[in-house]
Amino acid sequence: MSTKVEDKLFLDRFRVDEESHLRIIDGALCMEKCIEQPCLYICPANVYRLEKNRISVAYEGCLECGSCRIGCPHLNIEWRFPRGGYGVSHKFG
Amino acid sequence: MGEAFDVAVVGAGPAGLSAACLLAEKGVKTIVLERGEYPGAKNVSGGVLYGHDLAQVLPDYAERNLPIERNIVESRMWYLSRDGGYSLSYRDRIFTEERKHNVFTVGRAKFDRWFSEQARGRGALVVCGTVVTDLLRDENHRVVGVRTDRSDGDVRAKVVLLADGINSPLATKTGFRPEPKTHQVALAVKEVIELTEEQIQERFNVDPGHGVTIEILGEVTQGMDGVAVIYTNRKSLSLCIGANLSALSRQKVRLYEMMESFKAHPMVAPLIQGGKSMEYMAHWLAEGGYDAIPQLCGDGFLITGDSGMLFNALHREGSNLAMTSGRFAAETIVEALAKKDFSRNGLLGYISRLRDSYIFKDLKKYRRFGQFLHTHPELFTSLPRWTSLAAREMLTVNGVPKREKQKAIWQEFRSRFSLVSLLRVLWDGWRSIK
Repeated sequence: MSTKVEDKLFLDRFRVDEESHLRIIDGALCMEKCIEQPCLYICPANVYRLEKNRISVAYEGCLECGSCRIGCPHLNIEWRFPRGGYGVSHKFG
Repeated sequence: MGEAFDVAVVGAGPAGLSAACLLAEKGVKTIVLERGEYPGAKNVSGGVLYGHDLAQVLPDYAERNLPIERNIVESRMWYLSRDGGYSLSYRDRIFTEERKHNVFTVGRAKFDRWFSEQARGRGALVVCGTVVTDLLRDENHRVVGVRTDRSDGDVRAKVVLLADGINSPLATKTGFRPEPKTHQVALAVKEVIELTEEQIQERFNVDPGHGVTIEILGEVTQGMDGVAVIYTNRKSLSLCIGANLSALSRQKVRLYEMMESFKAHPMVAPLIQGGKSMEYMAHWLAEGGYDAIPQLCGDGFLITGDSGMLFNALHREGSNLAMTSGRFAAETIVEALAKKDFSRNGLLGYISRLRDSYIFKDLKKYRRFGQFLHTHPELFTSLPRWTSLAAREMLTVNGVPKREKQKAIWQEFRSRFSLVSLLRVLWDGWRSIK
Protein backbone atom coordinates (compact mmCIF):
# COMPACT_ATOMS: atom_id res chain seq x y z
CA MET A 1 0.00 0.00 0.00
CA SER A 2 1.32 3.40 -0.89
CA THR A 3 -0.02 5.51 1.92
CA LYS A 4 1.81 8.73 2.19
CA VAL A 5 2.43 9.69 5.75
CA GLU A 6 3.08 13.21 4.48
CA ASP A 7 -0.64 13.51 3.71
CA LYS A 8 -1.42 12.73 7.33
CA LEU A 9 1.24 15.02 8.76
CA PHE A 10 -0.06 17.78 6.53
CA LEU A 11 -3.22 17.78 8.69
CA ASP A 12 -1.27 18.65 11.83
CA ARG A 13 -0.09 21.97 13.11
CA PHE A 14 3.63 22.21 13.81
CA ARG A 15 5.66 25.08 15.14
CA VAL A 16 9.09 24.11 13.93
CA ASP A 17 12.17 25.07 15.90
CA GLU A 18 15.36 25.91 14.02
CA GLU A 19 17.30 23.26 15.86
CA SER A 20 16.42 19.57 15.87
CA HIS A 21 15.31 17.98 19.15
CA LEU A 22 16.36 14.57 17.78
CA ARG A 23 19.92 13.61 17.06
CA ILE A 24 21.57 10.42 15.91
CA ILE A 25 24.57 10.18 18.19
CA ASP A 26 26.83 8.13 15.93
CA GLY A 27 25.75 8.09 12.31
CA ALA A 28 28.32 5.49 11.29
CA LEU A 29 26.91 3.01 13.79
CA CYS A 30 23.52 3.03 12.01
CA MET A 31 25.12 2.07 8.71
CA GLU A 32 27.78 -0.29 9.94
CA LYS A 33 26.38 -2.08 12.96
CA CYS A 34 22.61 -1.73 12.92
CA ILE A 35 21.15 -4.49 10.79
CA GLU A 36 17.49 -4.09 11.71
CA GLN A 37 17.26 -0.29 11.55
CA PRO A 38 13.82 -0.35 13.24
CA CYS A 39 13.65 3.48 13.30
CA LEU A 40 12.80 3.31 9.59
CA TYR A 41 9.62 1.35 10.40
CA ILE A 42 8.40 2.14 13.90
CA CYS A 43 8.35 5.91 13.61
CA PRO A 44 4.69 6.84 12.96
CA ALA A 45 5.77 10.04 11.23
CA ASN A 46 8.50 8.50 9.09
CA VAL A 47 11.04 10.90 10.55
CA TYR A 48 13.94 8.54 9.83
CA ARG A 49 14.75 7.88 6.19
CA LEU A 50 17.47 5.88 4.60
CA GLU A 51 19.64 7.98 2.30
CA LYS A 52 22.60 6.75 0.29
CA ASN A 53 25.05 6.49 3.13
CA ARG A 54 23.20 7.72 6.20
CA ILE A 55 19.87 7.96 7.96
CA SER A 56 18.34 11.41 7.75
CA VAL A 57 16.17 12.90 10.50
CA ALA A 58 13.12 14.92 9.43
CA TYR A 59 12.44 16.18 12.94
CA GLU A 60 9.96 18.78 11.69
CA GLY A 61 7.17 16.19 11.52
CA CYS A 62 7.95 14.39 14.78
CA LEU A 63 4.82 13.45 16.75
CA GLU A 64 6.87 13.23 19.97
CA CYS A 65 5.86 9.66 20.87
CA GLY A 66 9.34 8.57 22.02
CA SER A 67 9.35 5.23 20.17
CA CYS A 68 12.64 5.78 18.35
CA ARG A 69 14.37 6.55 21.63
CA ILE A 70 13.54 3.22 23.24
CA GLY A 71 13.22 1.27 19.97
CA CYS A 72 16.76 1.96 18.74
CA PRO A 73 18.62 -1.28 19.52
CA HIS A 74 21.83 0.70 20.11
CA LEU A 75 20.18 3.56 22.04
CA ASN A 76 21.83 5.78 19.47
CA ILE A 77 19.20 8.51 19.41
CA GLU A 78 19.44 11.54 21.64
CA TRP A 79 15.89 12.58 22.28
CA ARG A 80 14.50 15.59 24.06
CA PHE A 81 11.20 17.40 23.88
CA PRO A 82 11.07 20.35 21.51
CA ARG A 83 11.55 23.66 23.32
CA GLY A 84 8.49 24.89 25.21
CA GLY A 85 5.68 25.79 22.82
CA TYR A 86 7.40 24.22 19.77
CA GLY A 87 6.65 20.96 17.98
CA VAL A 88 3.22 19.51 17.30
CA SER A 89 0.09 21.21 18.67
CA HIS A 90 -3.12 19.22 18.56
CA LYS A 91 -6.29 20.97 17.46
CA PHE A 92 -8.68 18.23 18.59
CA GLY A 93 -6.47 15.84 20.55
CA MET B 1 10.90 32.41 38.13
CA GLY B 2 12.82 32.77 41.36
CA GLU B 3 9.60 32.17 43.26
CA ALA B 4 9.09 29.25 45.64
CA PHE B 5 5.94 27.16 45.62
CA ASP B 6 4.47 24.51 47.86
CA VAL B 7 3.91 22.21 44.89
CA ALA B 8 5.26 22.14 41.35
CA VAL B 9 3.24 19.93 39.00
CA VAL B 10 4.92 18.71 35.81
CA GLY B 11 2.33 18.35 33.05
CA ALA B 12 -1.16 19.76 32.53
CA GLY B 13 -3.08 16.55 31.86
CA PRO B 14 -5.87 14.91 33.87
CA ALA B 15 -3.52 13.75 36.65
CA GLY B 16 -1.67 17.02 37.18
CA LEU B 17 -4.74 19.22 36.80
CA SER B 18 -6.84 17.11 39.20
CA ALA B 19 -4.13 17.53 41.81
CA ALA B 20 -3.76 21.25 41.04
CA CYS B 21 -7.52 21.88 41.40
CA LEU B 22 -7.67 20.19 44.80
CA LEU B 23 -4.43 21.69 46.10
CA ALA B 24 -5.29 25.23 45.03
CA GLU B 25 -8.72 24.86 46.59
CA LYS B 26 -7.02 24.16 49.93
CA GLY B 27 -4.90 27.26 49.55
CA VAL B 28 -1.75 25.36 48.63
CA LYS B 29 0.54 27.46 46.45
CA THR B 30 0.67 25.43 43.25
CA ILE B 31 2.32 25.88 39.86
CA VAL B 32 1.62 23.65 36.85
CA LEU B 33 4.28 23.53 34.14
CA GLU B 34 3.11 22.47 30.68
CA ARG B 35 5.38 22.09 27.67
CA GLY B 36 2.64 22.59 25.07
CA GLU B 37 1.47 25.93 23.71
CA TYR B 38 -1.71 25.33 25.71
CA PRO B 39 -2.89 22.48 27.96
CA GLY B 40 -3.90 19.60 25.68
CA ALA B 41 -1.62 20.64 22.83
CA LYS B 42 0.54 17.55 23.38
CA ASN B 43 -1.97 15.21 24.98
CA VAL B 44 -3.51 12.22 23.24
CA SER B 45 -5.93 9.58 24.42
CA GLY B 46 -8.53 7.48 22.66
CA GLY B 47 -10.84 10.11 23.95
CA VAL B 48 -13.08 8.67 26.65
CA LEU B 49 -13.42 10.19 30.10
CA TYR B 50 -15.25 9.13 33.20
CA GLY B 51 -17.74 11.20 35.20
CA HIS B 52 -17.26 9.35 38.46
CA ASP B 53 -13.59 10.18 38.86
CA LEU B 54 -14.05 13.72 37.54
CA ALA B 55 -16.86 14.39 40.04
CA GLN B 56 -14.55 13.52 42.91
CA VAL B 57 -12.27 16.33 41.83
CA LEU B 58 -14.91 18.81 40.61
CA PRO B 59 -18.30 17.87 42.09
CA ASP B 60 -20.08 20.60 40.10
CA TYR B 61 -18.29 19.91 36.79
CA ALA B 62 -21.57 19.47 34.92
CA GLU B 63 -22.53 23.10 35.55
CA ARG B 64 -19.23 24.40 34.27
CA ASN B 65 -19.61 24.05 30.50
CA LEU B 66 -17.61 20.87 30.31
CA PRO B 67 -16.82 20.29 26.61
CA ILE B 68 -18.38 16.82 26.22
CA GLU B 69 -18.51 15.39 22.71
CA ARG B 70 -21.00 12.55 23.27
CA ASN B 71 -22.26 10.50 26.21
CA ILE B 72 -21.56 6.85 25.53
CA VAL B 73 -24.76 4.80 25.60
CA GLU B 74 -23.46 1.70 23.87
CA SER B 75 -20.24 -0.29 23.93
CA ARG B 76 -19.36 -2.59 21.07
CA MET B 77 -16.67 -5.20 20.81
CA TRP B 78 -15.53 -6.47 17.47
CA TYR B 79 -13.46 -9.52 16.67
CA LEU B 80 -12.30 -9.12 13.11
CA SER B 81 -10.75 -11.23 10.40
CA ARG B 82 -9.48 -9.65 7.22
CA ASP B 83 -12.85 -9.66 5.45
CA GLY B 84 -15.40 -9.85 8.22
CA GLY B 85 -15.96 -10.19 11.91
CA TYR B 86 -18.16 -10.58 14.92
CA SER B 87 -19.81 -7.73 16.79
CA LEU B 88 -21.10 -7.82 20.34
CA SER B 89 -22.75 -4.76 21.76
CA TYR B 90 -24.52 -3.59 24.84
CA ARG B 91 -26.76 -0.55 25.17
CA ASP B 92 -28.70 0.52 28.24
CA ARG B 93 -31.22 3.26 28.96
CA ILE B 94 -29.45 3.97 32.24
CA PHE B 95 -26.52 5.45 30.30
CA THR B 96 -28.83 7.98 28.66
CA GLU B 97 -30.34 9.14 31.92
CA GLU B 98 -29.12 8.73 35.48
CA ARG B 99 -25.64 7.50 34.55
CA LYS B 100 -25.29 9.60 31.44
CA HIS B 101 -21.80 10.81 32.36
CA ASN B 102 -20.55 7.29 33.13
CA VAL B 103 -18.37 7.42 30.02
CA PHE B 104 -18.21 10.31 27.58
CA THR B 105 -15.92 11.33 24.74
CA VAL B 106 -13.82 14.47 24.73
CA GLY B 107 -11.28 16.15 22.50
CA ARG B 108 -8.25 16.59 24.69
CA ALA B 109 -7.23 19.94 23.20
CA LYS B 110 -10.54 21.37 24.45
CA PHE B 111 -10.99 19.30 27.59
CA ASP B 112 -7.52 19.82 29.06
CA ARG B 113 -7.82 23.55 28.43
CA TRP B 114 -11.17 23.56 30.19
CA PHE B 115 -9.67 21.58 33.07
CA SER B 116 -6.77 23.99 33.42
CA GLU B 117 -9.23 26.90 33.57
CA GLN B 118 -10.85 25.17 36.56
CA ALA B 119 -7.45 24.89 38.24
CA ARG B 120 -6.68 28.53 37.47
CA GLY B 121 -10.06 29.54 38.84
CA ARG B 122 -9.14 27.91 42.11
CA GLY B 123 -5.87 29.78 42.31
CA ALA B 124 -3.28 27.50 40.68
CA LEU B 125 -0.74 29.05 38.36
CA VAL B 126 -0.63 27.23 35.00
CA VAL B 127 2.41 28.10 32.86
CA CYS B 128 2.49 26.79 29.29
CA GLY B 129 5.27 26.58 26.73
CA THR B 130 7.70 25.44 29.42
CA VAL B 131 9.60 22.16 29.41
CA VAL B 132 10.82 20.75 32.70
CA THR B 133 14.33 19.59 31.89
CA ASP B 134 15.62 18.43 35.26
CA LEU B 135 14.81 18.03 38.93
CA LEU B 136 16.52 20.18 41.56
CA ARG B 137 17.95 18.27 44.48
CA ASP B 138 19.49 19.31 47.76
CA GLU B 139 22.68 17.90 49.28
CA ASN B 140 20.71 14.93 50.66
CA HIS B 141 19.43 14.11 47.17
CA ARG B 142 15.91 15.21 48.08
CA VAL B 143 13.89 16.73 45.24
CA VAL B 144 13.38 20.42 46.00
CA GLY B 145 12.11 21.79 42.70
CA VAL B 146 12.43 21.67 38.94
CA ARG B 147 14.61 23.21 36.26
CA THR B 148 12.84 24.47 33.14
CA ASP B 149 13.99 25.52 29.70
CA ARG B 150 13.23 29.17 30.42
CA SER B 151 16.08 31.48 31.25
CA ASP B 152 16.10 31.88 35.02
CA GLY B 153 13.89 28.84 34.95
CA ASP B 154 14.40 27.15 38.31
CA VAL B 155 11.26 26.65 40.35
CA ARG B 156 11.66 25.62 43.96
CA ALA B 157 8.89 23.61 45.58
CA LYS B 158 8.37 21.53 48.71
CA VAL B 159 6.90 18.72 46.64
CA VAL B 160 7.20 17.98 42.91
CA LEU B 161 4.32 16.09 41.34
CA LEU B 162 5.37 14.23 38.21
CA ALA B 163 2.36 14.05 35.92
CA ASP B 164 4.26 14.25 32.66
CA GLY B 165 2.74 11.23 30.93
CA ILE B 166 4.16 7.97 29.72
CA ASN B 167 6.82 9.38 27.41
CA SER B 168 9.11 11.11 29.84
CA PRO B 169 12.67 12.05 28.89
CA LEU B 170 12.74 13.61 32.35
CA ALA B 171 12.35 10.13 33.83
CA THR B 172 15.20 8.84 31.70
CA LYS B 173 17.44 11.71 32.67
CA THR B 174 16.74 11.75 36.39
CA GLY B 175 16.03 8.07 36.89
CA PHE B 176 12.84 8.63 38.89
CA ARG B 177 11.47 5.70 36.98
CA PRO B 178 13.16 3.35 34.53
CA GLU B 179 12.76 3.93 30.81
CA PRO B 180 10.04 1.55 29.51
CA LYS B 181 11.18 -1.45 27.50
CA THR B 182 9.65 -1.82 24.05
CA HIS B 183 7.44 -4.71 25.17
CA GLN B 184 6.02 -2.56 27.99
CA VAL B 185 4.39 -0.02 25.71
CA ALA B 186 2.06 -0.12 22.76
CA LEU B 187 2.42 2.53 20.10
CA ALA B 188 -0.89 3.75 18.72
CA VAL B 189 -1.80 6.25 16.04
CA LYS B 190 -5.03 8.18 16.01
CA GLU B 191 -6.90 9.83 13.21
CA VAL B 192 -9.85 12.17 13.68
CA ILE B 193 -12.32 11.96 10.81
CA GLU B 194 -14.92 14.66 10.36
CA LEU B 195 -18.54 13.82 9.53
CA THR B 196 -21.80 15.65 10.19
CA GLU B 197 -23.70 15.15 13.43
CA GLU B 198 -26.57 13.61 11.48
CA GLN B 199 -24.29 11.15 9.69
CA ILE B 200 -22.92 9.93 13.02
CA GLN B 201 -26.40 9.59 14.51
CA GLU B 202 -27.61 7.59 11.52
CA ARG B 203 -24.54 5.40 11.15
CA PHE B 204 -24.41 4.51 14.83
CA ASN B 205 -28.15 4.51 15.45
CA VAL B 206 -28.02 7.04 18.28
CA ASP B 207 -29.84 10.22 19.31
CA PRO B 208 -28.14 13.62 19.32
CA GLY B 209 -25.65 13.81 22.17
CA HIS B 210 -25.37 10.04 22.42
CA GLY B 211 -22.50 7.95 21.20
CA VAL B 212 -20.87 4.58 20.85
CA THR B 213 -17.45 3.12 21.56
CA ILE B 214 -16.08 0.18 19.59
CA GLU B 215 -13.10 -1.84 20.85
CA ILE B 216 -11.56 -4.08 18.22
CA LEU B 217 -9.28 -7.11 18.30
CA GLY B 218 -8.27 -9.54 15.61
CA GLU B 219 -6.47 -9.57 12.30
CA VAL B 220 -6.58 -5.76 11.97
CA THR B 221 -3.31 -5.58 13.88
CA GLN B 222 -1.72 -7.93 11.34
CA GLY B 223 -0.82 -10.67 13.75
CA MET B 224 0.60 -8.36 16.38
CA ASP B 225 -0.58 -8.02 19.94
CA GLY B 226 -2.63 -4.86 19.53
CA VAL B 227 -6.01 -3.18 19.47
CA ALA B 228 -8.04 -0.71 17.48
CA VAL B 229 -10.91 1.54 18.56
CA ILE B 230 -13.56 3.75 17.03
CA TYR B 231 -15.13 6.40 19.26
CA THR B 232 -17.88 8.81 18.31
CA ASN B 233 -17.40 12.53 18.88
CA ARG B 234 -20.01 15.16 18.17
CA LYS B 235 -18.96 15.85 14.59
CA SER B 236 -16.14 13.39 14.12
CA LEU B 237 -14.92 9.87 14.76
CA SER B 238 -11.70 8.98 16.53
CA LEU B 239 -9.98 5.98 14.97
CA CYS B 240 -7.01 4.53 16.81
CA ILE B 241 -4.90 1.51 16.07
CA GLY B 242 -1.79 0.29 17.77
CA ALA B 243 0.34 -2.64 18.70
CA ASN B 244 3.02 -3.60 21.12
CA LEU B 245 6.17 -1.67 20.19
CA SER B 246 8.40 -4.73 20.29
CA ALA B 247 6.07 -6.53 17.87
CA LEU B 248 5.96 -3.51 15.53
CA SER B 249 9.70 -3.39 15.57
CA ARG B 250 10.02 -7.11 14.87
CA GLN B 251 7.46 -7.25 12.08
CA LYS B 252 8.51 -3.98 10.44
CA VAL B 253 4.93 -2.80 10.10
CA ARG B 254 4.33 0.87 9.49
CA LEU B 255 1.46 2.07 11.65
CA TYR B 256 0.16 4.63 9.17
CA GLU B 257 -0.19 1.84 6.62
CA MET B 258 -1.92 -0.38 9.16
CA MET B 259 -4.33 2.51 9.82
CA GLU B 260 -5.18 2.68 6.10
CA SER B 261 -5.90 -1.08 5.95
CA PHE B 262 -8.07 -0.71 9.04
CA LYS B 263 -10.02 2.14 7.42
CA ALA B 264 -10.64 -0.06 4.38
CA HIS B 265 -12.05 -2.99 6.42
CA PRO B 266 -15.64 -3.77 5.34
CA MET B 267 -16.94 -3.06 8.85
CA VAL B 268 -15.09 0.25 9.14
CA ALA B 269 -15.25 1.75 5.66
CA PRO B 270 -19.04 2.46 5.65
CA LEU B 271 -18.75 4.26 8.99
CA ILE B 272 -16.18 6.73 7.75
CA GLN B 273 -17.34 7.02 4.15
CA GLY B 274 -17.25 10.59 2.91
CA GLY B 275 -15.45 11.73 6.06
CA LYS B 276 -12.52 14.08 6.01
CA SER B 277 -9.36 13.40 7.99
CA MET B 278 -8.69 16.27 10.34
CA GLU B 279 -5.75 15.27 12.47
CA TYR B 280 -3.13 12.54 12.90
CA MET B 281 -1.42 11.77 16.21
CA ALA B 282 0.71 9.14 17.91
CA HIS B 283 1.09 8.11 21.53
CA TRP B 284 2.19 5.27 23.76
CA LEU B 285 -0.03 3.16 25.98
CA ALA B 286 1.40 1.68 29.16
CA GLU B 287 1.13 -2.06 28.74
CA GLY B 288 3.41 -3.22 31.49
CA GLY B 289 0.55 -3.47 33.98
CA TYR B 290 0.95 -3.80 37.72
CA ASP B 291 4.45 -5.22 37.56
CA ALA B 292 5.80 -2.26 35.60
CA ILE B 293 4.68 0.33 38.16
CA PRO B 294 7.77 2.13 39.49
CA GLN B 295 8.31 3.50 43.00
CA LEU B 296 5.60 6.14 43.00
CA CYS B 297 7.01 8.34 45.72
CA GLY B 298 10.33 9.43 47.07
CA ASP B 299 11.88 12.28 49.03
CA GLY B 300 10.08 15.35 47.76
CA PHE B 301 8.22 13.86 44.83
CA LEU B 302 5.19 11.81 43.75
CA ILE B 303 4.35 10.20 40.42
CA THR B 304 0.79 10.08 39.05
CA GLY B 305 -1.19 8.81 36.08
CA ASP B 306 0.48 7.53 32.92
CA SER B 307 3.83 8.67 34.21
CA GLY B 308 3.48 5.99 36.91
CA MET B 309 2.27 3.43 34.33
CA LEU B 310 -1.22 3.53 35.87
CA PHE B 311 -3.20 2.21 32.93
CA ASN B 312 -5.73 -0.61 32.68
CA ALA B 313 -5.25 -1.97 29.17
CA LEU B 314 -8.10 -4.49 29.30
CA HIS B 315 -10.78 -1.92 30.15
CA ARG B 316 -9.10 0.92 28.21
CA GLU B 317 -9.16 2.99 31.40
CA GLY B 318 -6.45 5.56 31.87
CA SER B 319 -7.81 9.08 32.29
CA ASN B 320 -9.82 7.99 35.34
CA LEU B 321 -6.77 6.42 36.96
CA ALA B 322 -4.92 9.64 36.18
CA MET B 323 -7.57 11.87 37.79
CA THR B 324 -7.91 9.70 40.87
CA SER B 325 -4.18 9.23 41.40
CA GLY B 326 -3.89 13.02 41.06
CA ARG B 327 -6.56 13.40 43.73
CA PHE B 328 -4.77 10.95 46.05
CA ALA B 329 -1.51 12.83 45.51
CA ALA B 330 -3.20 16.13 46.44
CA GLU B 331 -4.69 14.65 49.61
CA THR B 332 -1.32 13.22 50.58
CA ILE B 333 0.48 16.50 49.96
CA VAL B 334 -2.04 18.41 52.10
CA GLU B 335 -1.26 15.99 54.95
CA ALA B 336 2.49 16.33 54.37
CA LEU B 337 2.22 20.13 54.46
CA ALA B 338 0.43 19.92 57.82
CA LYS B 339 3.15 17.63 59.19
CA LYS B 340 5.91 19.54 57.37
CA ASP B 341 7.31 16.18 56.32
CA PHE B 342 8.08 15.88 52.60
CA SER B 343 10.26 12.82 52.87
CA ARG B 344 9.26 9.53 51.26
CA ASN B 345 7.89 8.50 54.65
CA GLY B 346 5.77 11.61 54.87
CA LEU B 347 4.33 10.90 51.40
CA LEU B 348 3.64 7.19 51.82
CA GLY B 349 -0.05 7.89 52.40
CA TYR B 350 -0.24 8.15 48.61
CA ILE B 351 0.69 4.50 48.18
CA SER B 352 -1.78 3.27 50.80
CA ARG B 353 -4.53 5.30 49.11
CA LEU B 354 -3.69 3.69 45.77
CA ARG B 355 -3.56 0.25 47.37
CA ASP B 356 -6.97 0.65 49.00
CA SER B 357 -8.58 1.88 45.80
CA TYR B 358 -9.72 0.31 42.56
CA ILE B 359 -6.48 1.49 40.94
CA PHE B 360 -4.07 -1.04 42.44
CA LYS B 361 -6.81 -3.62 42.91
CA ASP B 362 -7.73 -3.62 39.21
CA LEU B 363 -4.16 -3.47 37.97
CA LYS B 364 -3.27 -6.38 40.23
CA LYS B 365 -6.29 -8.36 39.04
CA TYR B 366 -5.19 -8.02 35.41
CA ARG B 367 -1.44 -8.19 35.94
CA ARG B 368 -1.18 -11.23 33.66
CA PHE B 369 -3.36 -9.87 30.88
CA GLY B 370 -0.58 -8.22 28.87
CA GLN B 371 1.44 -11.40 29.02
CA PHE B 372 -1.60 -13.38 27.87
CA LEU B 373 -2.01 -11.36 24.67
CA HIS B 374 1.72 -11.37 24.13
CA THR B 375 2.07 -15.14 24.33
CA HIS B 376 -0.98 -16.03 22.25
CA PRO B 377 -0.42 -14.64 18.76
CA GLU B 378 -3.16 -16.96 17.45
CA LEU B 379 -5.66 -14.49 18.94
CA PHE B 380 -4.61 -12.08 16.19
CA THR B 381 -4.09 -14.56 13.37
CA SER B 382 -5.56 -18.03 12.99
CA LEU B 383 -8.31 -17.74 15.59
CA PRO B 384 -10.15 -14.77 14.04
CA ARG B 385 -9.65 -16.38 10.62
CA TRP B 386 -11.23 -19.64 11.78
CA THR B 387 -14.10 -18.06 13.72
CA SER B 388 -14.93 -15.98 10.66
CA LEU B 389 -14.81 -19.05 8.45
CA ALA B 390 -17.24 -20.83 10.77
CA ALA B 391 -19.77 -18.00 10.63
CA ARG B 392 -19.32 -17.45 6.91
CA GLU B 393 -19.96 -21.11 6.12
CA MET B 394 -22.94 -21.50 8.45
CA LEU B 395 -24.52 -18.33 7.04
CA THR B 396 -24.01 -19.25 3.40
CA VAL B 397 -27.15 -20.81 1.93
CA ASN B 398 -25.93 -23.20 -0.74
CA GLY B 399 -27.74 -26.49 -0.36
CA VAL B 400 -24.96 -28.13 1.68
CA PRO B 401 -26.39 -29.95 4.71
CA LYS B 402 -25.49 -28.27 8.00
CA ARG B 403 -23.84 -31.38 9.45
CA GLU B 404 -21.41 -31.46 6.52
CA LYS B 405 -20.63 -27.79 7.09
CA GLN B 406 -19.97 -28.40 10.75
CA LYS B 407 -17.67 -31.23 9.85
CA ALA B 408 -15.71 -29.08 7.42
CA ILE B 409 -15.41 -26.29 9.99
CA TRP B 410 -14.22 -28.75 12.60
CA GLN B 411 -11.69 -30.23 10.20
CA GLU B 412 -10.40 -26.78 9.44
CA PHE B 413 -10.08 -26.18 13.15
CA ARG B 414 -8.16 -29.42 13.67
CA SER B 415 -5.78 -28.60 10.85
CA ARG B 416 -4.86 -25.33 12.53
CA PHE B 417 -5.09 -25.99 16.25
CA SER B 418 -4.97 -28.81 18.69
CA LEU B 419 -7.70 -29.10 21.28
CA VAL B 420 -4.98 -28.64 23.88
CA SER B 421 -3.93 -25.30 22.39
CA LEU B 422 -7.53 -24.06 22.42
CA LEU B 423 -7.94 -25.14 26.04
CA ARG B 424 -4.69 -23.37 26.85
CA VAL B 425 -5.92 -20.10 25.32
CA LEU B 426 -9.16 -20.36 27.27
CA TRP B 427 -7.41 -21.30 30.51
CA ASP B 428 -4.68 -18.64 30.22
CA GLY B 429 -7.27 -16.07 29.20
CA TRP B 430 -9.46 -16.89 32.16
CA ARG B 431 -6.51 -16.78 34.54
CA SER B 432 -5.39 -13.40 33.21
CA ILE B 433 -8.72 -11.71 33.97
CA LYS B 434 -10.27 -13.70 36.81
